[in-house]
This record gives sequence, C-alpha cells and structure tokens, in this order.
Amino acid sequence: MQNFPSLNINTNTDTNLQSELSTLNLGPTHPATHGVFQNVLQLDGERIVSGVSTIGYIHRAFEKIAEHRPFYQITPLTDRLNYCSAPINNMGWHMTVEKLLGINTPKRVDYLRVIVMELARISDHIICNGVLGVDTGAFTGFLYMMEYREAIYEIYEEVCGSRLTTNIGRIGGFERNFNDIAFAKIKKFLVDFPKVLNEFESLFNRNRIFIDRTKGVAPVSAETALDYSWSGPILRATGVDYDVRAMNPYCSYEEFDFEVPVGTSGDVYDRFLVRNEEMKQSMRMIQQALDKIEKEDPTIFHADVPEFYLPPKEEVYNNMEALIYHFKIVMGEIETPVGEVYHSVEGANGELGFYLVNDGGRSPYRLHFRRPSFINYSMYADMSRGMLLSDAIINMSSLNVIAGELDA
Amino acid sequence: MGELNNELLQQHLTGKFGDQIKLEGEPYGLLTVETSRDNIIELLTYLKKDAALQFIYLTDITAIQYPEQENSIGVIYHLHSLRYNVRIRVKVFLPEGDVRTPTATVLWNGANWMERETYDYFGVNFEGHPNLVRILNVDDMTVFPMRKEYPLEDPNRVDKKDFYFGR
Repeated sequence: MQNFPSLNINTNTDTNLQSELSTLNLGPTHPATHGVFQNVLQLDGERIVSGVSTIGYIHRAFEKIAEHRPFYQITPLTDRLNYCSAPINNMGWHMTVEKLLGINTPKRVDYLRVIVMELARISDHIICNGVLGVDTGAFTGFLYMMEYREAIYEIYEEVCGSRLTTNIGRIGGFERNFNDIAFAKIKKFLVDFPKVLNEFESLFNRNRIFIDRTKGVAPVSAETALDYSWSGPILRATGVDYDVRAMNPYCSYEEFDFEVPVGTSGDVYDRFLVRNEEMKQSMRMIQQALDKIEKEDPTIFHADVPEFYLPPKEEVYNNMEALIYHFKIVMGEIETPVGEVYHSVEGANGELGFYLVNDGGRSPYRLHFRRPSFINYSMYADMSRGMLLSDAIINMSSLNVIAGELDA
Repeated sequence: MGELNNELLQQHLTGKFGDQIKLEGEPYGLLTVETSRDNIIELLTYLKKDAALQFIYLTDITAIQYPEQENSIGVIYHLHSLRYNVRIRVKVFLPEGDVRTPTATVLWNGANWMERETYDYFGVNFEGHPNLVRILNVDDMTVFPMRKEYPLEDPNRVDKKDFYFGR
C-alpha cells in the first residue's frame, strides 16, 4: 500500500463501532465512475474522510506511439481520446499541424469545421447532462436526449462515413465535401433540438429532487478552480469566463457572435446550467456558420496544399499526381519544418492543447497532449473530502471525466 | 493597467533576471525562455504574482529529452496570463544523471498531477512534491518510458513473423 500514504486506517478494535472508518473501493469498474478509474475512499459512515484516486487503467501510450507515426496516422489516435466528441480532437490535431506547416485554410473550411466541432460539443454535453440526470435517479432525460446524439452521429456519417471515431479531418480541410443530405440533416437538427433541449431543461430545473441533489453540492471557488488549472464548463461554472474560442480564436471563431455562459457558485447545478447554455450557443454558431457558408464557393472543402493534403480516394485511383502525393504523405516522406508549436482548442471539457516538437523527421519528435479531463480530475480526491458518498458520485458525473482522455 | 505583449514581457524578464534567463525566441508567437533549476521557482513566482504580468494560469507541464545534449532532459512549463491573454513557455534543462528540479506545487495545486505524469514518463524528480509516484504506468515499472532510449519496437522486425511460431 505504499501508494496510499493518506490511508492510515484505524485498527484499534477496543473502541466502539462508531469511531471505526471503512475503506471503499469506488471503481475501477463501478457503474457510477463512468469509466475505468478507481477511488479508494475512507468513509466515516457515509461521509468521506479521505480518498486517493488511481488512474491509468486504459493508458495506451498515446504520446509514445505518436513519436513513431507520420502526422496522418496520429489522427485515429486522437479520435480515441475524448470519444464523446472525437471531431474536436481531430480538428485540434490538424490545426496544430497546419500551424506548424503554415497552412491557411479557406473560410468555408473554417465554417464547416465550426459546424462539426459545435455538433461534437453538443453531443458531448448531451451525454454529460443526461448522465448527470441518471445519477440523480432521473432516467427519462437521458433517453429523451439520446435520440439527438444519434442525429448528430448521422450527420457525421453523412460527412465522413463513420459515427463515433470519425477521423473526419485532413490537413487543410476535409476528406470530402459536405453533401446536400448532410446540410439537410444539420438544418433539421437545428429545428428539432432546441424544443427538446427546452423540455429537457424544464424537466430538471423544476425538479425538486434534482435541485436538492445538485444545488450547493461540490461548490468550487474561482480561485481554487484556477489554482487547479481547471478549464471548460466546470471552470466557467465558477464564474471565470475563460473560453479558448473567445480568448484565442481559431477557425474564424472571431467572426461569430456568441456568449460565454458563466455560473456563480461553481456547484454541480451551475455546471449543468452552463452546459445547457453552451448547447444553445453552439446552435447559434452552427446557424451562423450555415449562413456564412452560403456566400462561399460550394466546391471548396480543403486548402490547396497537395503536398500535405491527403487526396480523396477517387483521385488517388484516377490521377497519377494524387497517387504520388498520397504515397509520400502516407509514408511520411513529406518535408516538414523544424519547430515547436503549442495550439489549443476549446474541447467539450476544456482547453485541449497539443504541444508538438518537430525535428523534420517523419514523425513528431515529441507530442504532448494537454488533456482537460486529466487536469480537471486531479482535484477530485481533494474536493471529495468531507462530502457524502452520494454527492461524490454526482460530483464525478458533473466533471465529465472521459477515461480515454484521462489516461491517454 | 496597460497591455502586455511579448516585447514588454521580454523587457520585464530581462530587467528582473538579467542573464539568469536565456531567451529562445518566439516560435509561432509564443515567447520561450530558458532558465536553470535554481531560478525556476523564483521565475514562476514572479510571472504569477507580478501585477504587470499575472500569469496565474498554469496550462501545462511536460518534458522532452535530447539525448545528444549535455543537459538532456528539459522540463517545459506553459503559462497563461488570463488578464492580458499572453502565453509564455519556460524551459529548464537538467543533466541526465541528476534529473531533479523544485516542484511547482508550491505555486499551483494543479501542478501535482502534471508533475507526477512528467515523473512517470521521464523520471524528473520534483523536489518537495507531496506525492511523487507513478500515475499512468504500473508502480513496479523500473524505466521511464518516454525517454529516447526506449524506442517502440520496429513494426517490420522479423522475430514476430508467423513462421517463427509455426503458423
């Protein structure tokens, strides 16, 4: 037990039962832990006296593997980080590479990316808020919203052919253009979803049990949240309006009109409200992006950088130049500049950063991934101290820790 | 209060620390400075607490290894001044036989897991860290896997060919 220095369990047996503490292994595969991670908790009755978080159960050496792969072969690794919003990881990675290579993407690509990333954010928040409801005992909202995550997956499917691990981006843009059915599905989603979201909100915001279980639970001050380097909705719930999209805009976010919702008390209820509000803002942005796209050339879906852009398959089969570029890119024979770049995007859970050091070889010399789930979760054991076990469960689901991103 | 940019930040740092820090340039717009482990906490404290800088947000801590260098292992800090929206990258390089540097947990609690991860990957000993144990890999692991002496196996290696296993 050398790793659990805070667990000095009282083994004195001659005292009465009430003074004894019990140890509970919450996880690694407990249904309420939302993934494979363990908390060894020391309990006094139902109150948590201390806890130790253990992670790393699905660690698969993302950074090490990335040192041995050409840029494009890293894309499927990024899909599997936060698998609830895989396109944001994809786009973040490709934007980092574009920054390194000095590629400017056309406006239409930026807008299409905004659409895909905001859809991903909505689908991630649907899961998080839905599951938060489940953990308080309300299953209806989760089932009700799940249909709309499905609708988003169908949009992905229309755009790139896959649903969960999308591999949706390319350096410079997309593998193929959005078709009319995709746009129709996006527009239908924008019409249908707000009504459902409003119903979902009123299902919970007027629910006495839900409010009692979430309001005032696990409040975090802005100072503490910043001290622990929190980011994303849980930081904004404490009242800090730090959003990478607004502060360091990428992908033409500076052209979009949106608000950064913030909370006041930083408790579980505020995190729920912030995520709901963010979904509305995301829909606003998608609508704006659709309007902007109409003024752009509909045939453009990638930058004109054949030496870096992996050509679509039909071109590879029919065009010699495309075949050559395809071969060189896949084998990592493209020339890349030496340099180090840090690029971050606003992931569904917070600041998703890529620190890429390139020595001009076929793979990154070093790739570090700033994972919001990893950093946000680091406070969990500390903040659980003194909390009831049932509140600690709700707290965990409101942090939205995704195991793939936590462990990387 | 005035604004802050890389040029001003550079002036502040050279004015305060002189030749104790080395400016590495601004790759892709991010001011990068290098210092020694003796000065790192003083530098981070100054960056965090000075009213004209306010780098209150610790974005990330990680490390890198250049085996051919004398000081081969570098610890890399990314800080963000939320007040002025400026980022900075700070590096500390350590010799391979003596990979230790003071912990930043005295300034940010968020550094706790970031340093544990850096220790786990590169074996950087953050002196004064409250709980410097492995975080992602198993406890009984003896190596630091992100170091360059542990390359991943070659996918083309022949000893994994089927015929060696009678398949």
